[in-house]
Amino acid sequence: MSARLIWRKTLNVTMLSLTGLCALLTVSVLFSILGYLIWNGGKDLSWNFFTRLPAPVGEAGGGMANAIVGSLKLLLLAALFGVPIGLLGGVYLAEFGGRTVSFLVRYTADLLNGVPSIVIGIFAYALVVMPMHHFSTLAGGFALGIMVIPTVLRNTESFLRDVPSPLREGSFALGANKWKMVATVVLPAASRGILTGALLALARVAGETAPLLFTAFGNRYWSPGWMQPTSSLPVIIYTYATGPYEDWHRQAWAAGLVLLGLVLVTNILVRTFLSRGTSFERS
Amino acid sequence: MATTPNAATPADLAWSPRALLRRIRSADEIAHLITLIAAATLLLITVLLVYQLWVLSAEARTKFGWSFFVTKTWDPVAGQFGALPFIYGTLVSSAVALLLAVPLGVGGAIFLAELASPDLSTSLTFVSDLLAAVPSVIYGLLGVFLLVPIMRTTIQPALKKTLGFLPFFQGPAYGIGFLTAGIVLAIMIVPFVLSVSREVLLAVARDQREAALALGATKWESTWKVVVPAARIGIFGSVFLALARALGETMAVTMVIGNNPKIAASLFSPGYSIAAVLANEFSEATGNLYLSALIELGLVLFLLTFVLNGLARLLIVVTTARGSGALPT
Amino acid sequence: MNAAFPLMGNSGGAASTASSRSRVGTEGSTSPAPVTSPLRMKVTKINFYYGKNHALHNVSLDVATNRVTALIGPSGCGKSTLLRTLNRMHETLRHTRLEGEIALDGENIQSLDVTKLRRLVGMVFQKPNPFPKSIYENVAYGLRINGYQGRLDDAVEKSLRRAALWDEVKDKLHKSAYALSGGQQQRLCIARALAVDPEVLLLDEPCSALDPVNTAKIEELLFELKPSCTLVIVTHNMQQAARVSDSTAFMLNGDLIEFSPTGQMFTTPSDPRTEAYITGRFG
Repeated sequence: MSARLIWRKTLNVTMLSLTGLCALLTVSVLFSILGYLIWNGGKDLSWNFFTRLPAPVGEAGGGMANAIVGSLKLLLLAALFGVPIGLLGGVYLAEFGGRTVSFLVRYTADLLNGVPSIVIGIFAYALVVMPMHHFSTLAGGFALGIMVIPTVLRNTESFLRDVPSPLREGSFALGANKWKMVATVVLPAASRGILTGALLALARVAGETAPLLFTAFGNRYWSPGWMQPTSSLPVIIYTYATGPYEDWHRQAWAAGLVLLGLVLVTNILVRTFLSRGTSFERS
Repeated sequence: MATTPNAATPADLAWSPRALLRRIRSADEIAHLITLIAAATLLLITVLLVYQLWVLSAEARTKFGWSFFVTKTWDPVAGQFGALPFIYGTLVSSAVALLLAVPLGVGGAIFLAELASPDLSTSLTFVSDLLAAVPSVIYGLLGVFLLVPIMRTTIQPALKKTLGFLPFFQGPAYGIGFLTAGIVLAIMIVPFVLSVSREVLLAVARDQREAALALGATKWESTWKVVVPAARIGIFGSVFLALARALGETMAVTMVIGNNPKIAASLFSPGYSIAAVLANEFSEATGNLYLSALIELGLVLFLLTFVLNGLARLLIVVTTARGSGALPT
Repeated sequence: MNAAFPLMGNSGGAASTASSRSRVGTEGSTSPAPVTSPLRMKVTKINFYYGKNHALHNVSLDVATNRVTALIGPSGCGKSTLLRTLNRMHETLRHTRLEGEIALDGENIQSLDVTKLRRLVGMVFQKPNPFPKSIYENVAYGLRINGYQGRLDDAVEKSLRRAALWDEVKDKLHKSAYALSGGQQQRLCIARALAVDPEVLLLDEPCSALDPVNTAKIEELLFELKPSCTLVIVTHNMQQAARVSDSTAFMLNGDLIEFSPTGQMFTTPSDPRTEAYITGRFG
């Protein structure tokens, strides 16, 4: 073998191994994160954590019940606001839309999806907090709801379009009008995919912190109703992690584990069992 | 048939509620209307968003004009607001992130698209997608408690010793700063570079690879000199996409960058980014000018990500649609 | 001429060149050619598997130096599969297995370095697949990776002349290869393969995507290449095999049914299946 050929083959093996190393490094980050969180956070998970309110500053033994409930309330608002608009908008794009309007809607959805979440927070502040003159769960839910819309919309459209024509034609042939066909045949056929899209969108906003910083703000106590500021898991993690108390740091780890656990479990379940996956979910 | 003396003419009734309802003849049209309203709501929200950003930043825009972008001082007490430290910090941390994430992501994508078995490729991509779903605040948590100490005790001193002649690696090193923020950002954006690059590489037609191999090329030569160039445009798209994400990242950055509106050459120096200052100071902004200046920063961030995302999508769509290039007959 | 071979003289398009070539073809094959020419490649009892599918059964073939060997047969008979084993291209697919021996100039190709083998045994594909580079760079690619020491410009010109493309592209060498017509692109692919000076050139249905005029041009080109190169061509067009080749192998369902000098195969085939195929009773 000539020297040049040996060089080429060595280069071949080296570079290809390097690419494998890159892939390995990228992937191992996830396991490192998980491992570290489990180790650090697992220690402090306890019944107290889930059921008690934060203790007065400096005292040990508090919990995060209000943050957990707050996050659930925010997610509920986000779902109520964002999912119907996204769903119906997706139906519009797939079933009724004219060319120009559809292009505009899709473009806008992609645009909104790419807006940094903190800017969405500014918008929610301007629209909800400013008129009300105080922070509220409503404002936070509104911000998260906006973030849910584009994902659900594009996802719904995608799964509706994937429903094969024979199914639609069969329905028409039996005398259904368009609305009936969509509601009774197409939507059910696409329901799995649509549901997964909605769940993934909600899992994503569950971890969002920035838009809540000046909408739902935070609260060391329970937040009754929807008009008061509320604590939430991501915000409390941020507050405690950047705070000065050792106890707070430990709680931040525990909360981080809970949050990540929920997000990952949702993603894994949804992606493996229900979804065919569209590339839009990643972006 | 008999006309009544004071029957209304058809023209009068044309716009009455009853007439309108009669015109919506079918359930289909109701459905069309309802879904259209939903789609229109999306448009409305987006328009409102841009409008609010524009209007609420008016005070700062008229007061500072273009000098906003080149002023270094950020002094809320004295009413002096300059965006330069934040633009600088955003750009520097993102640049570091790209320098680290692009080789890693493209390299990994090459492995997944060219070398790995289809099963391995799918599983690893799945893991990468999960990484993309990890919340920013979690990366921030690990950044603060894991990365910052390592930077302070090990990495930054090592860099100082070996590369300390460069202005980038001089000065006091406390573990936080531009470099740390860049590293955290890199970890966060690698999955995006990886998965998009992998898709565009896979879209390159099989026969291109075969042509190269049939000429006696090694697998690496076929990949690097034929496949990657063919997918080049889409890979750029993935970089723009990743950059857009990095620019808008808030939590992980604010937890490790130091939150100090300083402009310094050293990567060990604490700094600030647009998103970080918004996170920290927005809820405590006193006075309209202060708030307006912050919102102007939000507008800048919005415009930057808007342009980058638009470009990215264009590039990616072009590459995946055409595969290795449409051949004329 | 006899009834079994009514194909002669019925060559469509470039009638005069085709019939003169077919005369030469028969001339070459009525002489006792395969016996006196040395063998460039020898395939000995190979079996090939795609996963569990046994695609080639005990196939043996002699490829004579500076001659054209044609592989014909109905779709799915294994002719392309056989062709691809000659330069080990089957190794680019997963789950393939080759048993038996293939020799190039007496040396087993399995023991040769594969990149070296592929430089010596070049390939032209069914659908033209130029790289998305300039015409010049397409031809230069093989030279560059093999570390060609001489002047690239000269080597590129030489290849393009051998492929009968030089006059058409000499003024636009730096234009994109995609600006060429289909027939020109295929000749470019031939030039690209010739640039590394292979001993054997494998052609997998090179004209199937082309019109009759371009087909005729390439067939003429093959004839001109014969003195300096050994050619193996897969074709589903029997008239083409009759026009250009010296020896023909007929394959069916993974078996090599008959292998003989072209003139003999098309006038007096020894196997009834061969006769059925060439008279168009199936295929």
